[in-house]
Amino acid sequence: MKTAVITFPGSNRDGDVAKALKQAGADVAHVWHADTALPAGTDLVVLPGGFSYGDYLRTGAIAGRANIMDATRAHAARGGFVLGICNGFQIACEAGLLPGILMRNADLKFVCRRQHLTVERNDTPFTSAYAQGQVIDVCIAHGEGNYIADPETLARLEGEGLVAFRYADAQGKVTAQANPNGSLNGIAGIYSPGFNVLGLMPHPENLIDSLTGGTDGRGMFESLMGGKMAA
Amino acid sequence: MKARVTVTLKTGVLDPQGKAIEGALKSLGIEGVGAVRQGKVFDIELEGHDKAAAETALKTACDKLLANTVIENYRVEIEV
Repeated sequence: MKTAVITFPGSNRDGDVAKALKQAGADVAHVWHADTALPAGTDLVVLPGGFSYGDYLRTGAIAGRANIMDATRAHAARGGFVLGICNGFQIACEAGLLPGILMRNADLKFVCRRQHLTVERNDTPFTSAYAQGQVIDVCIAHGEGNYIADPETLARLEGEGLVAFRYADAQGKVTAQANPNGSLNGIAGIYSPGFNVLGLMPHPENLIDSLTGGTDGRGMFESLMGGKMAA
Repeated sequence: MKARVTVTLKTGVLDPQGKAIEGALKSLGIEGVGAVRQGKVFDIELEGHDKAAAETALKTACDKLLANTVIENYRVEIEV
């Protein structure tokens, strides 16, 4: 699979996600935000985590209007895969690739810790290596992860099964205590209606090696590559 | 010409920052403070003298960048 990891001014997880993609067997091209075209044959565009433009104006707002986002929107409209992680999720929402917005965490605190998530469905290109309803243990690190959408949008996301992951406790219960940021319905990630765009706040790319805390994040990259990666 | 664009949160959108400021004002003992909502102000210098064209341009600027209309309203005022 050919992947393009976009670097915006202030991106800082582009290296981490490139490592996770390479581990899964992907070809990785690094693409600068001011470029107007994606490399020919790109299958997956990754919008990485970080603090693009210092979170000025609104998180992801300025990056969401970068040159490369026109090419990314066209790629998504053709059915191409887009993965937005953390700041990348914020950018995807600001760019109109996904509905809603990530607001300031309800308790105003930046959260940086391990977090359990439920995998809401495993019949998507991003989650086929997980079990339906599996509880995975990944990292979160964000100050603006509070997912908000209007009631009609929220009803559509829920009705069409577009919620990808929810914040949960270790037993997989979606509770207010397990919700780190106040997101509606415990939403940690959502799909586009075609299931080719995924945005999520947690960082699966940081849980890919047992040396550094766990491997629950590998499933996403394994899924995208369409099969099991080499051990 | 000069313009001022004010961006405010829509009614019903939770504003944790406004709530924290409201709490701080109350803890300072400032009397009569009710709900506080935080917004943004942009002071923008404009070329030319066509007020209608400037208003159109600024509305486009708000829709495209300055406001996220999922959660925010905006107001454009132009000083002539």
